[in-house]
Amino acid sequence: MDESAAENVPLNILIADDSDSDRLILKALLKRLGHQVLDAANGHEAVLHFQQGAPDIVLLDALMPAMDGMEAARQIKRLAGERFVPVIFVTSLSEPEDLAGCLEAGGDGFLSKPYNRLMIKAKINAFNRMRLMHQALSDQRDLTHERNRQLLEEQHVARRVFDNVAHTGCLDAANIRYHASPLSIFSGDVLFASPRPAGGMLIFTGDFTGHGLPAAIGAMPIAESFYGMASKGFDGSDILREINQKLVRILPKDMFCCGVMVEVDFAHNQLNIWNGGLPDIWLIRSTMEQYALPSRHLPLGILSANQFNAEMEAVRSRPGDRLLLMTDGVLECANREGQLFGEQGVRHAIESTSADSHPFDVLMGAIKQFTGQQKFGDDLTLCCVEMVEEAGQTTLTEEVGLSTLAGPSQWHCDYEIRENTLGEFNPLPLLLHICMEVPGLRRKSGEVYTLLSELYNNALEHGVLRLPSDWKYTPEGFERYYSERSERLNRVSGHYIRFSFQHDLMPSGGRLRVVCEDSGQGFDFHSHPVLQSTDMAQSGPRYGGRGLALLMRLAESIRFHGKGNRVEVIYDWFI
Amino acid sequence: MPIQTRRSHDGQCLIIEIEGRFDFSTHQAFRDAYEHSGANVSNYIVDLSEATYLDSSALGMLLLLRDHAGGDNAKIAIENCNNDVRKILTISNFEQLFTIR
Repeated sequence: MDESAAENVPLNILIADDSDSDRLILKALLKRLGHQVLDAANGHEAVLHFQQGAPDIVLLDALMPAMDGMEAARQIKRLAGERFVPVIFVTSLSEPEDLAGCLEAGGDGFLSKPYNRLMIKAKINAFNRMRLMHQALSDQRDLTHERNRQLLEEQHVARRVFDNVAHTGCLDAANIRYHASPLSIFSGDVLFASPRPAGGMLIFTGDFTGHGLPAAIGAMPIAESFYGMASKGFDGSDILREINQKLVRILPKDMFCCGVMVEVDFAHNQLNIWNGGLPDIWLIRSTMEQYALPSRHLPLGILSANQFNAEMEAVRSRPGDRLLLMTDGVLECANREGQLFGEQGVRHAIESTSADSHPFDVLMGAIKQFTGQQKFGDDLTLCCVEMVEEAGQTTLTEEVGLSTLAGPSQWHCDYEIRENTLGEFNPLPLLLHICMEVPGLRRKSGEVYTLLSELYNNALEHGVLRLPSDWKYTPEGFERYYSERSERLNRVSGHYIRFSFQHDLMPSGGRLRVVCEDSGQGFDFHSHPVLQSTDMAQSGPRYGGRGLALLMRLAESIRFHGKGNRVEVIYDWFI
Repeated sequence: MPIQTRRSHDGQCLIIEIEGRFDFSTHQAFRDAYEHSGANVSNYIVDLSEATYLDSSALGMLLLLRDHAGGDNAKIAIENCNNDVRKILTISNFEQLFTIR
């Protein structure tokens, strides 16, 4: 504020004095100082003038008829509301009680009679400075309020945009329980879940360094990659690699995202897990055994693509098993004494889970009890997924228009992957994409994907890598299976997997013929138990009973050729 | 100052000592510590013996230092962490990027 400028601005001043002579003198003095003057002969008039003239400063005589200065001051201050209008008492009173009474009535200062020109000028200027200071502060406060309101509104719009990209996927599925703050993206936490084309789910939870907009901006591309790729049949590792690379590219060096990816496979009763920088994941078996699955990787957005390890850890599971994922916020909940809930708190809560209580409720209850609060911080995400029977699960349903006959209907395509590519590349999304060009198949994306993935995984794991499927049925074997799998993937020289597709139109539908051939040794399909009978409890040396049964259920026919290393599947669809 | 720097006797190593909370409030001081350290520094030691706490923005600052010191070729040791600090570094698997002792 420019003081000299402020002093030269003419003010609108209200004066009230019942003595005509005093009033005239004061009015003349103020006019000579360059101000405009409203004058009143009593308190009542003063209040009326105040309402009509909106003066900047008020000078009141304390003792007046009709309404005295104190009452006028009270009313004027009430009318002024938040606006600061200095009220100065002009008085010959000198008793402390009287003067104090003036201040209590709302007065801001005194001018003593008789008037002194110099003092009046100085007082007016001093109070005007205060008035302007108050005005500036109020304006700034209003501006801050307005900016804050805009910011919140923008965040809500951003949130809506974010929701359209991120949506909640299948977080509302019956087997998922979660807690995430409604505005949690601005706290840096994300939680996504998507059904997979072949059944099962993908779940990702992440925690960005930092808060607010930067964290939310990082979350957007992650959401897009996650949901886009999950629905196209990419697996958790593919999506992790993509997310990591994207974050390395777009985030500043000191920002990253701790995250957990979980592939939930209900059909094969298996969980695949990747933990980079988040607290231990907890697996609580239906038998109440508990396992902590610690972070084994650096967070996302730090390592370059060739250093990044997206390998997931396979965990055998059963229906009724529950997996708890959480962000740092859970450990960082503090009680009134400032102590943290910590790993200990989580461990105690989980250990106290009994067969008839849900670990999600137990942990949430423990946090509430510890913090003594019903609501807690924004940056706390907790998610529990339960293994259930496949039936009744959400699957991807794709909206298909009526133009089912547009798009390619008669085509043939061969696709072969060889050598090291077998260990590095998952061809399923690409193959699914080719098939999905046929609109009639698009409706059946889940079934087609299941078919392709069973064929491919059988060809890779049992054909090329020669892993016996019965290993998977014991805990020790299960671990051995997956360590051998990654070991043997380094030794695939001379091997191939070849897909051959043919699609033709049929009356009211179409037929997809898929032949999958691998370079493995094949198997004795003539005496395979599942092929001989419908007894699915047994499993053969080459095809897991379950996978083969699945193929037989989905396909019109399934035939083995050669030495058992070539499978032909016919899949029919109808309008 | 919660952050002190000194050179090793041979002058090759910059030792950055952090005292108290290593979090966003030390961002600028930590940056200044290595950016204004002069030339001819071949390796770094971040001494956390007096650090009581470390948060994710501190992890970010360590990544900035790593980038400044040559990225994958950086030679940075993080020393004398207390258990809480050590735990945070372990969960984030920072031993893959730094020598932690």
